[in-house]
Parts: sequence; C-alpha cells; structure tokens
Amino acid sequence: MSYIPHTDSDRARMLAEIGVESIGDLFQDVPESVRYPELKLPPPLSEVEILRELRAMSEENADLDHYACFLGAGAYNHFVPSVVGHIIGRSEFYTAYTPYQPEISQGTLQAIFEYQSMVCALTGMDVANASHYDGATSLAEAALMSVNISRGKRHKIIVSPTVHPEYRATLRTYTPGPDLTVETLNFKPQTLNFEVESLKFELDNAACLIIQQPDFFGQLAEASELKHLADVVHKAGALLIVSADPISLGLFIPPGEYGADIVVGEGQSLGNPLNFGGPYLGLFACREKYMRRMPGRLAGETVDTEGRRGFVLTLSAREQHIRRERATSNICTNQALCALAAGAYLAAMGKTGLRKVAELCYHKAHYAAQRIGALPGFDLVGSRPFFKEFVVRCPKPPSEINQALLERGIIGGYDLSRDYPQLENHMLLCVTEMNTQEEINRLVKALREISADT
Amino acid sequence: MKLDKNCRYTETHEWVRVAGNLATAGITDHAQSELSDVVYVELPEVGDVFDQGEVFATVESVKAAADVYMPLSGEIVEVNEELSDSPELVNEDPFGEGWFIRFAPSDLSELDDLMTPEEYQEHVAKEEGGH
Repeated sequence: MSYIPHTDSDRARMLAEIGVESIGDLFQDVPESVRYPELKLPPPLSEVEILRELRAMSEENADLDHYACFLGAGAYNHFVPSVVGHIIGRSEFYTAYTPYQPEISQGTLQAIFEYQSMVCALTGMDVANASHYDGATSLAEAALMSVNISRGKRHKIIVSPTVHPEYRATLRTYTPGPDLTVETLNFKPQTLNFEVESLKFELDNAACLIIQQPDFFGQLAEASELKHLADVVHKAGALLIVSADPISLGLFIPPGEYGADIVVGEGQSLGNPLNFGGPYLGLFACREKYMRRMPGRLAGETVDTEGRRGFVLTLSAREQHIRRERATSNICTNQALCALAAGAYLAAMGKTGLRKVAELCYHKAHYAAQRIGALPGFDLVGSRPFFKEFVVRCPKPPSEINQALLERGIIGGYDLSRDYPQLENHMLLCVTEMNTQEEINRLVKALREISADT
Repeated sequence: MKLDKNCRYTETHEWVRVAGNLATAGITDHAQSELSDVVYVELPEVGDVFDQGEVFATVESVKAAADVYMPLSGEIVEVNEELSDSPELVNEDPFGEGWFIRFAPSDLSELDDLMTPEEYQEHVAKEEGGH
C-alpha cells in the first residue's frame, strides 16, 4: 500500500501550475555533477561487523571520558546525575513532543508544569513555556515577541555584541521575513563590552535590547548596572531581553530582579549531555503581562470535574492551530525530553545543589584564571567579575595552541577571532565542576610548554 | 439572537452606535454566541487611528481567536478596561457592558456602508443557511 498522497495527475497539475515540465526541472540549480551522485557503497556487512566498524570510528573522537575539556562558549560540560537518565528513559515519558490529550498524559504534563515552575524560580519570571529548540531559537523568538508586544509599531531589535555570536546569527535568520532590522551595538575590545553611551540614541523606536548575562566572554555586570540599563530601556518604551546561563542563576541574582521582561537561555547545562551540539533546550520565561504574546506550549495546573488536581495545555488560542496565519510564532511544540531532563536535574540538585555546582564552577574557573594569567605571555583580558569562563590573550594563535593541547589529551578553549576580528590570539576558556584540580594544573603546565616551544 | 435597534452592523459581526461626535463599538450577540466563552480581548491603545475595515482588536474564546474590524474610520478615545478582568461581559451583555471601544469617527458618511438591524438579521440568516 502506498502512503504517498499525491497521484500522478495531482503532480501533473502542480507542475503545470508552476510552469515546469518535470520534477527533475526543479533541481536544475543543483550542479549536474552532484545531482544524482553514484553511491559507491561497500558490500553489506553483518550486524556484528557493522558494530565493530562503527565503534572503531567513534573511538577516533576526542570524547570527554578520555579528554580534559576547557571548551564552553555556549555548550557546557556539567555533571548529569544518573537519576536523570533513569527518569527520561522511562517509556511513559519517552517522547520528544508535547502531548495534547490530558486524559492520557497527566505524568508528562505534570513534568512540564514542574519544569516551567522551576524555570520561573530560576529566572525570577512569572510564566515559563514548555521550552524551545535551543538557546538561540529562544532568543530569536523573544525578539519577535517584543515586536508583537509593540503591536508591530516597533521594528528594530538592538542586540549587544557580547551576546553569543551564533545566537545573533540565528536572530538574523528570523528577521528578514517580518521585515525587522537588527542593530548590534558597537563593540569595545578593550573592555569586552558595548558602548553604553550610544544606547539611548539606538533605543529610539526599538522593540527591545538583548543582552547576555554572564556575557559570551563569561563576564558578569553588576546588579546596579543592569538595573540602570533596564530603566533606560523601559524609559525608551522597549523591553529588556536577557539570555542567561541557568547554572549561574544558582549563585547570582535572577534577571527578574534587575528588570528583565523576557528571560531566555540555553538549558543544556541542566541535565543534558553535550551530545555533539544537540538536541539542546531553549529556556523561555516572561512577565505575566506578556503571557498572551508568549510563543510555544504552556502546561497549566487546574482541577478536574471532581476537584482533583490536574494538568492541561493552556492558552492555546495564541497558537497556530487556532490562530492560523495570524499566530505570532510558528512554534507549536517543545523539546519535551530535554526539558524533562532539565526538570529531573533541577529536582535532583535542589536549590543548594545548584548553588554548589555554580560555586564549584566559579572557584575552579578563578583558580585556573589566576594560574594561567601568571604564565609568561598569557594575559587575562577584561576587568569585570566572571563566572565560569574567561578570556586569555595568548602568545600564539589559539588554533596552534589547541592542536598542541589536543595531543596532550586536553580540549582547549574557543578561538575568539572567529567572531571578533579585533580579538586575534584571544581564547575563551571554560572551567566547570567537572574539571579537577589535577586537570587544571595539567592545562597550565601544557600552556607553559606550548608557549615556550618556538 | 438579540439586536440593538440603535446600532449599525458590519458583515463581519461588529456593531457601532453613534452619539454626537463619538461612536461605541463591539461585537454582536450572534458573534459572541458563535465564539462561545470569551476568555480574552486584546484592545488597541487610546490614540490609535484605524481605517474602516482594519483590525483593531482580537477576541479569544475557548475555541477560537478572531480579529475584530473597525466599523468606521476613526481615532480611539477610550477602551473598555473592564474586559481585561471580566471578558465574560462580551458574552453576557455584548451591546452594553461588553463594549470594546469608544472612538471619534472621521467620516460619518461611512455609516452608509453598514447594515441596519433588519439587514443584519437577514445577513445572519443567510450565513447560517449557507452552513
């Protein structure tokens, strides 16, 4: 039985409508040589042979069981307690999607509700949604939401250059369709910050200002500075969107306390392994007054006809399946499994556990920074307090240093010149609770050796 | 279906009542009963200016979200703040307590484009017949 819904005559009509002869004509932009490449596959193997081959391939990877990792820049190596795997491995929970029917999904809906509640507690916001694909899409959705809150009267999005470069790239993929402009504030390489002076002018008729805290360089702004920033933004009639590292919120004040209107963030750190870059988890929370403009799924608590506590998807009228083309976002699902992992992680760690993780990151990162900063040829850059990441000016290009580190079993830092041409020879290093003192000492020793090599 | 003799009606089920230089508008009894329980009304801001036929509000019910269209061109002078806490007023009293906006119409001759209560009643009957 064929499950292809289009008949030959359907296809002929569609081709006639768009004025091409055959389906092949649709691919004429693809160069001839790669259009139908010949697949030179080897003969088939048995299951045991395939497993052996794949294992051999996977063992060529530099994985975190065998390498010390000092790379962060948006994806973080944090401990995942084994309870997380046990919870998300339960077949009742094993779906990547939000269930619609409360009759059969109370457990999943309750898990989402609890996840949302914990995201609210972390961020200091009133409402959180059931999650987005990752931190970058959350940030872009928040920008669209701020435009919607202005009822389409404001079309300008102001973003700090210290927001993750890939998040800003994602934002730019969202904005041409709805005809929005993105303006990045001037970057000051000396302080690794943006020009606050020009902000007031830029904010004129802007829907929002997007900042990151800690910023891409790991730096923390003072609470008073952030409160002032929020005031300036609000006086201009714009919203303050903050992208935050959830682990940092175990130790530092939540964005809700310094005036953020929408808080987003990458939730991978919460119980999700690095997974080669995905699937990750987009945190998304906002103030109650903006709830009806919030994209995505929302699980809510209610009572059934007999007065018993229950959970349902709520405020669906915002969404595409009801609002159709007038919906303000295309997002109609969430990262249920990754959100479940984050919920299980937060529940297992608790308030004190999360604080402890954040403290370990903070102290270990500062130990590493102090040791590396004392090495000849290496300088710490930036004058602000930092959390678990810091910037080092190196005596050699980071690509060379990283190659030499890799040979010593160490995954080095992020080469900042990739995104910031002014930061040649600058490396962003990350230290988490997973890095032992022995590993840090090994890194310091390796850096000393590598810089001495000519 | 209730009707207000003093109103004019649009094909998209809004009503408008003009008194002096001001007009009041909302959605009809028929519209509220089609939408069922209204849970939220998103209203414009005072000072916003709309052309006749432009979307000025959105009404959400438990089963749908619908745009609400301006019956006449004009500038908003007041919105019904009560609706944010009590959206059910739209169901209970669509021509009274459940009003949406008061506005200053810029061209009263546009009233000629609208339907009388009798014409609207016929319009609804025809729409229902078409279902």
